[in-house]
Parts: sequence; C-alpha cells; structure tokens
Amino acid sequence: MQTLKQQWFGNIRADILSGIVVALALIPEAIAFSIIAGVDPMVGLYTSFIIAVVISFAGGRPGMISAATGAMALLMVPLVRDYGLDYLLAATILTGIIQLIFGICKVAKVMKFVPNAVMIGFVNALAILIFMAQLEHFIGISTMTYLFVGITLILVYTLPRFIKVIPAPLIAIVALTSIAIFSGVNLNTVGDLGTITQTLPSFFIPNVPWTFETLQIIFPYALSMAIVGLLETLLTSQIVDDMTGTESNKNGEARGQGIANFITGFFGGMAGCAMIGQSVINVKSGGRGRLSTFIAGIFLMFLIIVLGDLVVQIPMPVLVGIMIMVSIGTFDWSSFNYLIKAPRTDAIVMLTTVIIVVYTHDLSKGVLAGVLLSAIFFVIKISTVKISKDGNRYSIHGQLFFASIDGFVDYFKKANIQSKKIQIDFSDSRVWDDSGVGAILKVSELLKSKGIQVELVELDSSSKKIMDKLNGVLSSH
Amino acid sequence: MYKHILLASDGSENAVRAAQEAVKVASFDKESVIDVVYVIDIEKSKSDVLHANSSEAVDLERRKKNSKVIQVLNQANAAYQTTILRGKPGPEIVQYANQQKVDMVIIGSRGLNTLQEMVLGSVSHKVMKRVNCPALIVK
Repeated sequence: MQTLKQQWFGNIRADILSGIVVALALIPEAIAFSIIAGVDPMVGLYTSFIIAVVISFAGGRPGMISAATGAMALLMVPLVRDYGLDYLLAATILTGIIQLIFGICKVAKVMKFVPNAVMIGFVNALAILIFMAQLEHFIGISTMTYLFVGITLILVYTLPRFIKVIPAPLIAIVALTSIAIFSGVNLNTVGDLGTITQTLPSFFIPNVPWTFETLQIIFPYALSMAIVGLLETLLTSQIVDDMTGTESNKNGEARGQGIANFITGFFGGMAGCAMIGQSVINVKSGGRGRLSTFIAGIFLMFLIIVLGDLVVQIPMPVLVGIMIMVSIGTFDWSSFNYLIKAPRTDAIVMLTTVIIVVYTHDLSKGVLAGVLLSAIFFVIKISTVKISKDGNRYSIHGQLFFASIDGFVDYFKKANIQSKKIQIDFSDSRVWDDSGVGAILKVSELLKSKGIQVELVELDSSSKKIMDKLNGVLSSH
Repeated sequence: MYKHILLASDGSENAVRAAQEAVKVASFDKESVIDVVYVIDIEKSKSDVLHANSSEAVDLERRKKNSKVIQVLNQANAAYQTTILRGKPGPEIVQYANQQKVDMVIIGSRGLNTLQEMVLGSVSHKVMKRVNCPALIVK
C-alpha cells in the first residue's frame, strides 16, 4: 500500500479536477436525498461536506467518495417523520459509534458472508426505491413538469456524447433553471421544500433528552443505518479497488465511516456512507487519492456559500430527472440475465431481497432476509447426498455428516442390488463426523446381511482417518 | 521485422482468430514476442464485482476470458507475454501501443458488445485510426 503522502499528494492535478467534478455531481443528490429523508436540503449538503472531508482523513480507501446517500436516507424516513430532526442527529451519532465498534471488531470479515445475490438485490432495491421516491414530485402535477423531467433526461443521456469535461447533470441544471427563471413557467422548486443557508455548519449537541427512552427509539434505526452504511461502503470499496487495481483497508474504512458519522451528527448532518455512483465518477475523472475526496467536500461547501441563492431556484422536475438517471445508473441491468443463468436458489435470494425491501422500504430487512434465506438454501444443498450408479460402482456426491446421512442410508436400503460385490466411490464426497462413519458402517452391514460384499474406494485421507479410528474402536468391542 | 507485436484480447471469438494470425506474423522472426494486452473495462467494474463473491473470483473470471487466446499461443509454442491494463479498452490499447512503440497491433474486428458498436463504432476502428504503427484487423 502507498504511503500517506502518496495517498494525499500522489496525483494532485487530477485529484483536484475530479474532486470538483464530484462536488458538482454531489449537490443535486445531497438535496434529493434530504428531500427523501424529509429534512431540509441543508442537512444533506452539510452531511456531504462533513463526511467527505472527515473520510478523506479517516477512511481506508483513498479516492472513494462518501456523503449523504439514498440508502441511508430511506432508512431514516420514519424516525424523522415521528420524532423530528434532533432524533435523527442523535441516531447519526449512535450510528457512528456502532460503526466504529464494528470496525474495531474487524467487521469486514463478517461482511464476506453476505452473498453476492443479496448484494445484487440490495442495489436493485435501492434503485427502485430512489425511483419511487421521485414519483410524488412529478406524477400528476402539470404538463410542464413532465416536459422538464423529459428534457432533463434527454440532456443527461445525450450531452456526455459531445461534452466530456463538464458533468451533464450540471449543464442540465444550469440551462433548465435559467430557462425556468426567465420564461417564468410555474414549477415547484427546491426552495418550496426547504431553505438553503449560506453559512458553514456549526457544532451543537442535538436537542434530545439523553435518556434510556431516547436510546430505545434511536437504537434500531442506528443499527440498521450502521449495517446498511457499511454494506454499501464495503461494496463501493471493492469496486474502487477493482477499478484502480489497488487494495484498501476495509476495517480502517469501517472505522473511518464511524468517525465521519459521529462528527456529522454534531454538525447538523444525517448519517451517510460511501456512494457507488459518485466514487465511479471520481475514478473515471482521474481521482485516485485522498485529496479528491477532500476537494469534493470543500468545493461543494464553497459552491453552496457562493451560489446558495441560485440552488433554491432549481426546478424540482430537473432534480427528479437527474435522480431518475441516478436510479437507472444504480440498477444492475445484468440482473435480468442473472435471473436466467444463475442457480435457481441464487435468483430466488436476489428477488426475495428486492421484494422485501420494496415492500418494507427498509434495506436492512431485505438484506437480513436474503442472508437468512441463502443460509437455509446452503444448509439444504450441503445436506443433500446424491448417488450415481455405474455398473457395480456407486458414486457418492455430497458431504456425509449428521444432517445428510438419511438420504445415503435410505438409498442402499431401497436399492435392488443384484451383484454380489459392489464398490462405493467416495471421490466426490467427504466424511465429516461420527454420524457419517456410522452411516457407512450401517450400510456395509446392511449389504453384508443381504450377502453383498462392499469395498469402499477413493476415501480421502482425512475421511479415512476418521473411519480407521472409529472402525478400530467399534471392531474391538 | 515485427519484434513487439501487440495482440488485443477480450476473450471473444475474433480475438482467438486474431491470435492465430499473430502466431503467423510472429513466425517470420525468431525474436518476435506477442504482447497479449487485456484491458479491464472499468465501466464494467461495478457489475463484475457485484456478480462475484470475492476479488479472487473476479480475477478468475477475467483469466477464463483471456485463456482461449493464451491456449492458441501455447499450442503454437509462440513467445508471448501478458499485460493487464485498466480503463476504456480502445484508448488504453492506443496509449499503450504508442508509449511502448510496438511494431504492430493485431486486433479482432468485433468484440463482445454488438449494441455498443452500432452506436459508437468499433473499438478496432478507433484503435486502427490512432496507433502509430501498422494495424491488422482480423475478421
């Protein structure tokens, strides 16, 4: 891994440029995710500023972008609705503490147990929820709203063909906001949904009673956010690792996320995590080092302080168009192919994850269900023994242990064997415990009583060891 | 003659045919080395990572893709080396070819993604236009 100096200043020019590009792309998302969470746009903007800056120092994956995210915003909706912003800030602080503890306990290893079917379901569900959150801002409002959403989508998908330096969403925002202002069309704006204050965030302690009752309210949210945040963060860091061909400190990143959320909560920000889309934009724009993340945060805050007045005039349909683009970019379009080609059980796990998330609006529940379901499928698969027959050779496929032996024994109970001598081939099997050995002995004796001689072949050495040991013990009695 | 031959590989059938032609070209000169360049398309990183359970599995998938081309070279007993690049396939191959001053670029006419080609034109076309050396496009 690189030295700290290289991580900061190994790629100065490209890092500054990509940081600026990311800052521009972050602004509409930070505002949109605030709207999803039900808080002022300023909360998401402060979050993105603070998390990006803190993570540039505390994170374990240089070049990755963390800020306010949709996955986290979706989790906090009920908390904000029922208890208000201060409880969200308290929950954010707690999320940070939980993530820090997880990071210290080396959570990255546990995350490896989340199968990829669940992760595919995760991003797809996230994309669907982000899209669904946009519906109320453009369905059945006015023809002009539909028109602006449509034009925004056309712009963001066609402009990158011709203009590569400036992000297309920014051009769409500038052009369409100007058109909306000068033509005086009647559209909802960001200003209708909250205010933008052109000041830096300041330190304050969330105004909640610091009691056990409060903890009971915020803990379930904080735990969900901690898990979902780390899940998206570790996935993003793997993607950045792959794109850059480098490695990163996953547990260090988990601790960094904890520190960033902890600090954010004290500056009026909501919990956030790493962002797949923004990190991909950063790397593609040449960003590799910590400096790119730092610049993204700083430049975002600078823009808000300078241009805050204009930001509130962005028409909602334009923001909606950009968020539809974000959700299309988040969705894993190869999933349709995956549903056909992947093993049946994996496809079911993926679909279950999506369905539960879309139904409950809670990513953590979908992930939990997906992990449990895949664990069940795994147990079923591992405890199934198949037997194939070739002449007098019976081949065992699968693991022999306490949960799988019934199928093995039953087969030989029912089998109509004519020959007087058979071989049982264990080359595709392994004996794990006493139950496995017992089952083999049982089968041998069963066949012997029918006058059939059994030869066990291709037992691997560790299975043989268990067999010999137990056989010795049993035969001596 | 052509000492440093760049063979662009994406694991497609065309790349395999390109490899067969590369072997023929290399056979003219004992000192010829075929440089098998495989570009990891970073646009596909997200999907590759999502569909594998570990970075090792991602790596294996890519090796499998490249293996057909390597097989051709092994069977022909050709001298070769492999180079892995990351980025957009077309520009990366061009940049590498021009930096390394390779003597010839050999590339299949069509890759794996037909839809993208209809919209954007083919990678091989772009490469041919921009490299500073002879390019052989294999049908």
